[in-house]
Amino acid sequence: MKTAKFALLIGLASLPSLALPGLAFAQVQQLPASSASPAAQPAPADAGGLTGSVTDESEWQDLGIAIPAFPTDTSVATAAEGGNTEALGRNLARVVYNDLKNNGLFKPVGPDALPGIGFFQVTAPSFDFWRGRSAEMLVQGFVKAAPDGKLTVGCYLYDVALGSELIRQGYVVQPNEWRRAAHKCADMVYSRLSGENPFFDSKIAYIAETGPKDHRRKQLAIMDSDGANHRFITNGQATALTPRYSPDYSKIVYLSYLNGYPRIYVYDIGSGQQRLVTEGKGPTFAPRWSPDGKFILYSMAIGGNTDIYRVSAQGGPSTRLTNTPGINVGGSYSPDGSRIVFESDRSGSQQVYVMNADGSNQRRISFFGGRAATPEWSPRGDQIAFTHIAGNFRIAVMDPNGQNVRDLTDSWQDEAPTWSPNGRIIQFFRTERNSGKTGIWQVDLTGRNERKLNTPVDASDPAWGPVLP
Amino acid sequence: MPKLTSKLPILLLVGTSLSLAACAKKPPKELPPQPTATSTTTEPSGQPVGPTPGSQADFLASVLADTIHFDTDRYNVDTESQGILQSQAQWLSRYPGKMVTLEGHADERGTRDYNIALGERRANAAKNYLVSLGVDASRITVVSYGKERPIALGSDEASWAKNRRAVTVTVQ
Repeated sequence: MKTAKFALLIGLASLPSLALPGLAFAQVQQLPASSASPAAQPAPADAGGLTGSVTDESEWQDLGIAIPAFPTDTSVATAAEGGNTEALGRNLARVVYNDLKNNGLFKPVGPDALPGIGFFQVTAPSFDFWRGRSAEMLVQGFVKAAPDGKLTVGCYLYDVALGSELIRQGYVVQPNEWRRAAHKCADMVYSRLSGENPFFDSKIAYIAETGPKDHRRKQLAIMDSDGANHRFITNGQATALTPRYSPDYSKIVYLSYLNGYPRIYVYDIGSGQQRLVTEGKGPTFAPRWSPDGKFILYSMAIGGNTDIYRVSAQGGPSTRLTNTPGINVGGSYSPDGSRIVFESDRSGSQQVYVMNADGSNQRRISFFGGRAATPEWSPRGDQIAFTHIAGNFRIAVMDPNGQNVRDLTDSWQDEAPTWSPNGRIIQFFRTERNSGKTGIWQVDLTGRNERKLNTPVDASDPAWGPVLP
Repeated sequence: MPKLTSKLPILLLVGTSLSLAACAKKPPKELPPQPTATSTTTEPSGQPVGPTPGSQADFLASVLADTIHFDTDRYNVDTESQGILQSQAQWLSRYPGKMVTLEGHADERGTRDYNIALGERRANAAKNYLVSLGVDASRITVVSYGKERPIALGSDEASWAKNRRAVTVTVQ
């Protein structure tokens, strides 16, 4: 894992002791308290997930959040974006601003539209000033560079009306991971204000597409959840499709036509090596990880008939899970790993089925108009996203029992949903009619907040990984 | 989809195939780098002689068509496709050393994973019919490209009908 260089800060008062090389997991401790009175602690973020309905979030739209540039105590050179810690502080605030803006729940105002603040003000906000600008919430932070180059980033959330501090966190990062500190800050604000689990500090694997419709080059690529740190993994010599990040981000399983035929490979990000998932005799496709990363589901066609198999992520023999005439394909585990939702045309057209993880008790759950394809179980367990094919292709959600179907998008061809780590947002790809151009989009569970992600080239087959530790 | 519309592209393809006597098809093992149009790739050939017996050009000049088509979400080999495959089987009987690859395709109006399975199913249906005509199954390799390699580029019924296909390519 490459996350070892990231540490939630333990206490700013003891900065010298913060050099914690190789720390594998985030640690949490208090930053110095601000001079503002602490607000009452909120109820802990719920762990139960949404049940049936989706909250009307329109009232959140008026929540104005001011995010001035993060000041630094002494501006020194840094390898992070900006070149010095003063410029970096503005970039940090920009990332926080963009995360919160793109989420759709908030109306943040970023550092480019706000006056700067002094370093001492980070813990002693000028509440009267911010009240005068109609800010309801205030995110202030700072950045410092240690002699070894490591960055310390502090993040405070204040309720302007109450004049109180709601929450604070600090992070220690290597310069090349400075954006993660900003994402952690945005996650803190988002979680504290929405009661939902965080998701900004996460990554996406996808397929980068270039070239004309009949000579499309398709490369495996990765990026942060906001599109930054983009990187191509494959060079496009072989068509690559349908990637999925392993839960620990160490591997990507995907389909490649590397040797002329569609086969699933496990690509190791650290070593750059890849291997076949199985030496099966037929083409293999539609790979998926189990939530614990120990198993891979895949589909294999034998004599034109496609069934779903499970194999250990380490390799070895496969277990066949479906055994019916027709096309059984895809598959997505429930978060507890006990069940699998998948797609089958055994009844004549693509529909969604659920089975136990061992393949037993297969039953259809989609009984509404049109076809239902590419089901993906929410990380919260409460919803299944899928491609609803009824004339056009739309992204839709339903309960795990097939009830309460809701279309979230309305375009010519939207397909292949993937969930944000907190189960509140769905990414998918949209294909333009005739041109065949593709792009990754996301929509929240209300269906109201929809936007296109910025990618260097056309993009499809997004796969959202979990929140980084 | 109505039968008449699904037939039209076949007739067009027959004409195309016959006119491309010098058409060069790469065997699938060389295909992955870039998608190759199925029967529109031409190589300049100033030689007025006929195609080399047993070559891909000879195959295209000898059979009714290298491509059969399917209705939406279907994989059955209809009467016209049977005639095409029969002409291919006759050619294969003349050149018993020749191997072929059957490429299965789907139109863009389907989800990616399903279309890979559907292309596989269509190519296998064509293979099974060739085998029923006496072609040894070991001479036929199947590969599905799903919706990844369209030949007709529009987003309309006519284009989709052309793209729902199985193409027989000789291995040279």
